[in-house]
Amino acid sequence: MRLEPIPNPTLARRIGLPAAALTATTLMAALLALVAGANPFAVLGQIVTGAVGSRFALLETLNRATPLIFTGLAVAVAFKAKLWNIGAEAQLYAGAIVAVLLGTGALGSPLVLPVSALAAMVAGALVLLGPVLLKTRLGVDEVVTTLLLNFIMLLFVSYLLEGPMKDPMGMGWPKSPALIKDARLPRIVEGLRLHWGFALALIAAVAVHVIERRTTFGFEMRAVGSNIGAARFMGVPVNRVLIQTALLSGGLAALAGWSEVAGLKGHLSQDLSPGFGYTGIIVAMLALLNPLAVVGTAIFVAGVFVGSDAMSRAAGVPTYIADMLLASALLFMVLAIFLVRMRVVRG
Amino acid sequence: MTRADVQAGDYVLRLDGIAKRFGPLVANSGITLDLKRGEVVALLGENGAGKTTLMNILFGHYVADEGTVEVFGQPLPPGNPRAALAAGVGMVHQHFTLADNLSVLDNITLGTESLWSRGRGRRAARERIAALSRDFGLSVHPEARVGTLSVGERQRVEILKALYRDARILILDEPTAVLTPQETDALFETLRKAIAAGLSIIFISHKLHEVMAIADRCIVLRHGKVVGEVDTHATDRARLAALMVGSEVSLPKAEARRPGPVLMRLDRVSTPAKGTATGLRDVSIDLCAGQIVGLAGVSGNGQAALADLVSGLVRPDEGRVEIAGEELRSWTPRQALKHHIARIPEDRHKTGTISDFSLTENAVLEGYSHPPFSRRSWMDWHAAERFAKDIIAKYDVRCQGPSQQIRLLSGGNMQKLILGRVLEPSPRIILANQPVRGLDVGAIAYVQSRLIAARDAGAAVLLISEDLDDIQSLSDVIHVMSEGRLSPAFPRGTKTAAELGLWMAGQGFEGRTHAA
Repeated sequence: MRLEPIPNPTLARRIGLPAAALTATTLMAALLALVAGANPFAVLGQIVTGAVGSRFALLETLNRATPLIFTGLAVAVAFKAKLWNIGAEAQLYAGAIVAVLLGTGALGSPLVLPVSALAAMVAGALVLLGPVLLKTRLGVDEVVTTLLLNFIMLLFVSYLLEGPMKDPMGMGWPKSPALIKDARLPRIVEGLRLHWGFALALIAAVAVHVIERRTTFGFEMRAVGSNIGAARFMGVPVNRVLIQTALLSGGLAALAGWSEVAGLKGHLSQDLSPGFGYTGIIVAMLALLNPLAVVGTAIFVAGVFVGSDAMSRAAGVPTYIADMLLASALLFMVLAIFLVRMRVVRG
Repeated sequence: MTRADVQAGDYVLRLDGIAKRFGPLVANSGITLDLKRGEVVALLGENGAGKTTLMNILFGHYVADEGTVEVFGQPLPPGNPRAALAAGVGMVHQHFTLADNLSVLDNITLGTESLWSRGRGRRAARERIAALSRDFGLSVHPEARVGTLSVGERQRVEILKALYRDARILILDEPTAVLTPQETDALFETLRKAIAAGLSIIFISHKLHEVMAIADRCIVLRHGKVVGEVDTHATDRARLAALMVGSEVSLPKAEARRPGPVLMRLDRVSTPAKGTATGLRDVSIDLCAGQIVGLAGVSGNGQAALADLVSGLVRPDEGRVEIAGEELRSWTPRQALKHHIARIPEDRHKTGTISDFSLTENAVLEGYSHPPFSRRSWMDWHAAERFAKDIIAKYDVRCQGPSQQIRLLSGGNMQKLILGRVLEPSPRIILANQPVRGLDVGAIAYVQSRLIAARDAGAAVLLISEDLDDIQSLSDVIHVMSEGRLSPAFPRGTKTAAELGLWMAGQGFEGRTHAA
């Protein structure tokens, strides 16, 4: 058995294989439902209706997709330059902390929203600045530093919520005081549970797309990621580009935490993110690091989570099925994309 | 002699009707090749003619779509390198397949002994290798670590490896590409002994004079088909070249010219060694306007360090670098570009291009940060595309269009795009590092004529090549590099290939290095 490259894959191959991956994922879901002792058709149906079956479900999915678009963009930008930022979770919490710091009375309308959004981006960028400087100066592997910073940041948030940032009216719960009304992101349409954070995420996706395709920095970033040796030979300032990429990536991840606090929760607690930073990696990989596609994959991933929650309540199948579904979706999709360009031959 | 004259039994190897397609690309089609006992057959062809594919099919790396392989009258099962080895086919690859950190003995016996017989077989193995070395003139110390050996010695280990496995048919893929003329002579001596011992040899090459010297018969491939089969006694180099490319091609000859002022001067420059790569040792060289300086030498003797220095990737430890009389203070790739240095890198795929990028993006890789391609941090892709289209038209780049990925281009067309990229801004100094390696004859002629035209327009050209023929036909002045040292300048025609070969082997440098 050997792999041979396919120089010009046919359209059928380009569409058929990803479609096959989706089918395989669906079959996997059915199998998991069978193992859990439920009717697979009912389970699949409930996941779909739970995710997009009603206006409430759809808005819930879009709300859940908002932080995933930000973290997905953060990961996509960094991975594009082959900067392996596994620390979107830490950068997300940095943004959330800033939202509370500036949103609980330190600033009033109309300054508070734009200022705290920018400050959140700076905070997230600074969290990633350390690892990228260690990488460019000393060659320290950023996978390790960014991953470990996630745990440091979680413990720091825990300290804040038990100490200086603890809500005195919180009946002893480890949560921050609530944001003032001026610091909250309004809903896009009054009466519908969808806040402006989602619109901001869409704007961010378009902005990242424009940066990558139209700006000189974006060209340098793609060059460094595609072939760092050639980029260096051509005079691309590789280290500067890596640092700029890190600042952009960290800033985007921070907006996820900022918009969750300012748009949805209204306060900071330790369960603010059920792993949005890590799920952002899946979102970015499924989107093949394309910032516009990140919007679609983030909504898909959010739909799987929201739909699985609803299905779990109705069918009594554990929500872990969502994690397994996403994991198998990612594996099948990566395999399918690989097989578009390569073929297995015998011998 | 016609086919009917000989019995099938005379042949040690018969390839019959071999065909292999990769998608729409036909790599081999209806190829038939016979090899007799004690015969040397040369397989000639441009790059991409299908030589390597054919040999990979014979050796079991690929499975042919059609056709059969017979060794000593027995059909060879397809896609099984082990069966090919067992049948007595030995292959010496262009890129050696040796483990650097193991001894010569271990490399040769690797994979031939069972897991449980260690120790017992070693003495016998050493004796056998000594006998083979003696019989075939392949002197190499069995206990030496392969990492410490020269390229020529490594090739001998590869040949010993095949002989140790009782190969009766030797396939040599471009064996002389990395050798000095003297080492090539030694290799040919070994091959003659092998033939006398009854082995048969397939010799893949595109160096015609070597083919004429060693082969009995010549099979010429073009576009995956056999286009000619001739006895070497009954033909000459010009006719073989014509067969290879399908038409008479004359490589450009550079006429000597009077050099202009010195544009770039290295004055007693040394650079640090990078890992196992040699640095420069006390190198002084002048690059003059309107002159091609050829740098000959066996690969790995400091040419890479000199190329990196001129490219702006490396700064000298000691010594001065001057451009147009001014000493350089800072030195980066961007500085090199600012000083109008055109850089044709050694490796088109790894440093010359970004394979995922389009032709347009690759065309502006060096100039992207300045107008007209970049204004106030925004790329002007229309300007970039116009530039790419200009290059495609002017340098005859065969492609589907400027938005095509460059990875889909052939080596020659890739090199033409690089040429356009570096020559269009009218450079003063041109570094051409192995500019024609791996190109077909047509592309070679094109690249060389462009370099000559640039020289005639007043540029200083530094040409680095392992191919002495290229160096001798193009250069106004020749230097030889060995172990990071530079020979004096030899004007065109003052040294024969054999004399240059001695310098390449390191002779003549003694007592020449200045006292520090």
